Amino acid sequence: MDAKTLQARLLELIRRTSCEMPPDMIRAVDKAWRREKKDTTAKYAMGVMRDNIKLAATLSQPLCQDTGTIVCYVDRPDWIRERVFTTAFERAVVEATRKGYLRQNSVDSITGKNSGNNLGPGSPVIHFHETAGKAMTVRIMLKGGGSENVSTQYALPDNRLGAGRDLEGVRKCVLDAVHLAQGKGCGPGILGVCVGGDRATGYVSAKEQFFRDLDDKNEDEVLSKLEQSLLADANSLGIGPMGFGGGTTLLGVKLTARNRVPASFYVTVAYMCWAYRRNGFKISENGRVGRWLYN
Amino acid sequence: MLLEAPFTEAKVRALRVGDVVEITGLLLTGRDAVHKYLHDGGTPPVDLKNSIIYHCGPVVVKEKGKWVVKAAGPTTSIREEPYQGPLMEQYGIRGVIGKGGMGPKTLAACKKVGACYFHAVGGAAQVLAQKVVRVPAVHMLEEFGSPEAIWEFEVVKFPVVVTMDSHGDSLHAKVEAASSKALDRLIR
Repeated sequence: MDAKTLQARLLELIRRTSCEMPPDMIRAVDKAWRREKKDTTAKYAMGVMRDNIKLAATLSQPLCQDTGTIVCYVDRPDWIRERVFTTAFERAVVEATRKGYLRQNSVDSITGKNSGNNLGPGSPVIHFHETAGKAMTVRIMLKGGGSENVSTQYALPDNRLGAGRDLEGVRKCVLDAVHLAQGKGCGPGILGVCVGGDRATGYVSAKEQFFRDLDDKNEDEVLSKLEQSLLADANSLGIGPMGFGGGTTLLGVKLTARNRVPASFYVTVAYMCWAYRRNGFKISENGRVGRWLYN
Repeated sequence: MLLEAPFTEAKVRALRVGDVVEITGLLLTGRDAVHKYLHDGGTPPVDLKNSIIYHCGPVVVKEKGKWVVKAAGPTTSIREEPYQGPLMEQYGIRGVIGKGGMGPKTLAACKKVGACYFHAVGGAAQVLAQKVVRVPAVHMLEEFGSPEAIWEFEVVKFPVVVTMDSHGDSLHAKVEAASSKALDRLIR
């Protein structure tokens, strides 16, 4: 495939990610809407979210105006170089910004100047992993600032919470993070949690959990159980959609674990808003999109 | 219920926490850069008396010489907590639209000046953008960039929930307190 074709495919991936909610998330939002009680602000809020999902797809316009940090993961086969991909992706980002699929969202941290096209040091973020497979897999996530601002990291033991260096300690941290976030992260949210790692890989791994299917089951039995109990506990806090109160505070919890050094025990909680923008596809060397992920 | 311009003190004082309101009139967007600028003594480029400020960094593009709003949901309001109350008092701002709620300083200012905090559904950028019927002007676009500029949005039936009113009530304070108790039961 030539550079133009790749750029066009990536532009379509960005458009879909920004404007169309993935089906696993649509189902979760519908389920939550049905569960909330009649004539409550919680039900009203979930109803607005459902309307918004439909409208964004119909109009092909962003679900949320904060089109977030652009994070891209590439499983890269031999037939494409990182440099070639990066150039095509950056051009697709500029085009997507011009078309209004992405907001002008890249600000120079020293001067405060907005680059206007979403390019700049650190934007967009691209992670490459080599793959032995023939097809290239490209996943992107658009993570808004509101949800990023309520993401947090704990170092165990934590005196304030009385949280020790064990799974019970992890549980306390996660529930505390949900409480601290209240409605500010645009709940009902989805949590990606990393137990262990260093400070940097903790956040990376926590965020990578958002690439999982919402309905999947953790292969680790212990983590799988903890995911379920955390979801139930979080929803018993009564924070509700947008912090209006109600039964749906979270739509999902996804855990992973990384080894740690003996001195450190981090619990990293990444929060994703209900306007859950992530998508991906597999694409062959000749430019054919084989499969959209999450459908 | 409806709230239509002009946004008078009497109309806003009549609103209570929990009211689902549809606003018709002019909104002014303003977020981090604008609030800091005004708080530092900058001159407002528009009259803020009886205005409703919308914490929003929209996606706006120019099509055939006209501004078109592509997405316009609320941003997190709490970042403006240090500035909002004093600005409400100084300029007679009648309301703020945002998400996530605000703190005691803003709540006190709402009570004093007769203003409300209106909560829009975060992430609902399309539902809300549909209610913007015209963009009469934009201010400070060059200085602050598109998301941070002051956009004038003429809206019709813009849907919000009153979560902080002019009588000292805050839904956010209530939910925070109740969920804090629930958390204690779960982890202590």
